[in-house]
Amino acid sequence: MDNSATLGAACQALACCMLEVAIKSKSFGETPVLGQIDLTIKRGETLAITGPSGVGKSTLLRIVAGIDTDFDGTVSRPKSLAMVFQEPNLLPWRSALDNLLIAHTGLTRRRAVHMLDRVELVDKIDAFPGQLSLGQQRRLSLARAFACAPDLLIMDEPFVSLDPDLAASMLDLTETLIAEHRPATLFVTHNHSEADRLGNRVMTLQGAPAQLELATVGKASPTKNYT
Amino acid sequence: MDSSRFIPFLSIAGFFALWIVAATLSADPETLPAPWLLITPLVQEMASGELLYHLNATLWRVIWAFALAMTLGVSLGLIMGRSERVNLWLDPWLVIFLNLPALVLIVLCYLWIGLTETAAILAVTLNKIPNVATMLREGARALDPNLDAFAQVYRLSWMARIRHVILPQLAPFIAAAARSGIAVIWKIVLVVEFLGRSSGIGFQIHLYFQLFDVTMVLVYSLSFIVVMLAVEWIILQPWERRVRRWRVAC
Repeated sequence: MDNSATLGAACQALACCMLEVAIKSKSFGETPVLGQIDLTIKRGETLAITGPSGVGKSTLLRIVAGIDTDFDGTVSRPKSLAMVFQEPNLLPWRSALDNLLIAHTGLTRRRAVHMLDRVELVDKIDAFPGQLSLGQQRRLSLARAFACAPDLLIMDEPFVSLDPDLAASMLDLTETLIAEHRPATLFVTHNHSEADRLGNRVMTLQGAPAQLELATVGKASPTKNYT
Repeated sequence: MDSSRFIPFLSIAGFFALWIVAATLSADPETLPAPWLLITPLVQEMASGELLYHLNATLWRVIWAFALAMTLGVSLGLIMGRSERVNLWLDPWLVIFLNLPALVLIVLCYLWIGLTETAAILAVTLNKIPNVATMLREGARALDPNLDAFAQVYRLSWMARIRHVILPQLAPFIAAAARSGIAVIWKIVLVVEFLGRSSGIGFQIHLYFQLFDVTMVLVYSLSFIVVMLAVEWIILQPWERRVRRWRVAC
């Protein structure tokens, strides 16, 4: 059962936690996928979660984003949230500019163009996503997420299947945009170096049903990359 | 210059050539007149206003039935494709109506409602809704769940979801349903007029059938085919090109 609610105004005013997750369990049919999971993220903080494939990372993100509401527990999230999906998930029949304007009703054309400029796509304003390379599509997806200056940013392996140079430049861009906008960020990746680079805290989701390892202060020492 | 633009015209020229050969071989203008023998009666019917009056009556019936069948069929198909529970309930109905002969529905509508305009349009609409719904159900089942997730996370309004996320994905299915729909609907409208209306191309064909006047049957039939070709070329094809613009650009 989803008892999700927007975060209390007092809590936000104190700039304490932007996201509060208290999941008791999540199952697919008879199969439990997630166990007890409690986490909080403050404004400007990035929590990176790593873990092996199929452990339930994307399920956790779908619950946090409000896409999956069939679970036992509560999620308190701010109203203003954005998500960078594993695939760019752009509207292929709308131009790059329209992809930003449609996603955010209050967004001005000027702000949208500025965001396209920030991700170096200002010369592709009228291009359809299919006319862009994968790297450009991912940058457009990033621009879409940051266009509304979200309080909560959720990123589901946004650098997967990019070549190393492109992934590195995307990582730089993401790091810069996060530093500029300072959202509470929940970031899922297989890659420990990405997690260490972006995360203020790194946690690991593992087990069956999956649970988070206790948060470490500072960054976790990289052990291996899950692939 | 792109020679493919002329292919439809060459194709139609081929049709007329075949007609001329058949008319020459039959050598009986009362059974199959040559195309040019239709020109004089066509001009006479147009000058008297008869042709335009009946064309207009049929066209309005087609427009009404098409609009109703597309609106209801698209909505029904979308709901059935998105909800397995609704689909379980309505699928048997769809199968029944898909297999119900058009003539049966037309006769029943006339018997229950009377020989009225409402009955005529309802009969045509009911005949077409199942086809549109079936096509759109497949389209709704093929909707991309990733784009659903995007719409949900970014809290797109109901209208924005329909306009920017769902309808563009359904466009090829709607185009196919519209194209087959318009062709089937006008044929059923003719049957409806043949059986129970006092205006329209179907009524005129009925009249000239009783008089065994093949020339006038062809004049009225071909005049409406011309109208439907105009609809295809002026409305449907440009619309289809517009919604497929993003595919062509990629």
